[in-house]
Amino acid sequence: MNALAATLRRLGAMTIDGVWRLGFAARFSLAVLRYSGQSFLRLPLTIREIYFSGVLSLLIIVVSGLFVGLVLGLQGYDILRRFGSSDALGIMVALSLLRELGPVVAALLFASRAGSAVTAEIGLMKTTEQLQAMDMMAVNPLARVVAPRFWGGVISMPLLAAMFSAMGIFGGWLIGVVAIGVDDGAFWSQMRAAVDFRYDVLNGVIKSFVFGVAVSWIAVFEGYDCQPTAEGVSRAITRTVVYSALAILALDFVLTSFMFRGI
Amino acid sequence: MSRTTLDLWVGVFVALGIGALIFLAVKVGSFSDVSSRGSTYVLEATFEDVGGLKVRAPVKSAGVLVGRVGSIQLDPKIFRAVVRLNINKEFTFPTDTSASILTSGVLGEQYVGLGAGYKTEVLKDGNVLESTQPAVVLEKLIGQFLTNKTEAPASAPAPVPAQ
Repeated sequence: MNALAATLRRLGAMTIDGVWRLGFAARFSLAVLRYSGQSFLRLPLTIREIYFSGVLSLLIIVVSGLFVGLVLGLQGYDILRRFGSSDALGIMVALSLLRELGPVVAALLFASRAGSAVTAEIGLMKTTEQLQAMDMMAVNPLARVVAPRFWGGVISMPLLAAMFSAMGIFGGWLIGVVAIGVDDGAFWSQMRAAVDFRYDVLNGVIKSFVFGVAVSWIAVFEGYDCQPTAEGVSRAITRTVVYSALAILALDFVLTSFMFRGI
Repeated sequence: MSRTTLDLWVGVFVALGIGALIFLAVKVGSFSDVSSRGSTYVLEATFEDVGGLKVRAPVKSAGVLVGRVGSIQLDPKIFRAVVRLNINKEFTFPTDTSASILTSGVLGEQYVGLGAGYKTEVLKDGNVLESTQPAVVLEKLIGQFLTNKTEAPASAPAPVPAQ
């Protein structure tokens, strides 16, 4: 009986904790949005964050995009050759990158490369009481620290995803046209005929924007909300990566089911 | 890092990102200038059978893309499929234009082919195409072929009755 009560109590505590955190996260995001105007008045802060989360992620995004494209080229050629339609390699590479792989893989990489860094930075600021010190000096940490990091991530993400897709298509072209010898004209013309700007490219950009918002939000919130200890910061970083990955994949399913129903 | 180098790098980054977007828009994708509402007009055609025709399938005339299929519905009175075609305003067709459902390649997607007629008056928004040709359904074709095959030996040698 006692054990049952204890279990129920733990369940109740977990639920209350979860709801409280969710409410806190929602209020936090509203506050970040409200102070975003102030941080935009000092644009260099946001530009600095675009440098840290965008420019410094460039290498991993470009290299992974290239390799994903190379693999797609090899696999796609192997599959399409069975149906005698290896000319459609361009379509397959471009559509799979623009619709799914570009936004999703770029967002996963972005979450682990830039999101974790943002969480670590804010978490460490909190642990060393820098955020409180700012508050004491009448500097709002949400406007000074959190909002620029949030917007830096939101702005960087679609650009990174676009570069990922472009590099992937280049990789597919390298394998398909240069290495295997698919006809260059057929590769590009079939791709252009099948890829629609609004339906495929723009929907991919919308996806990457949504992922950017989700990842940046999770990253800044976990940093701001972490336990101010060394262990707490490390846990917050882990949570950022795990929650971001789950959020990206779940959101991807929801967005895909709205965008590409095939009717 | 000094302010100017930071700005430079971010500028390069944003320029690269926008460049990638432009590459995707121009080189990889194509603006389907026939899908926006303002620049198209609607033609209707009723088909006996649309086969595997899908919404957004291309409408071609002489092999050139002139529009896209807007909607496919069944008319409950005449039991024929009513297909609305969104045609680019640039292209006008004579009133005796015919529509047929064709397939690109053996296993390719189906599209609507418009065969232009000879009259001088042109079709306007909302007009109905009079002459249509249904999709060729492979099963029917095979069925026809088989019946021809089975009928042929029966009729061709025509067993001559003895006397």
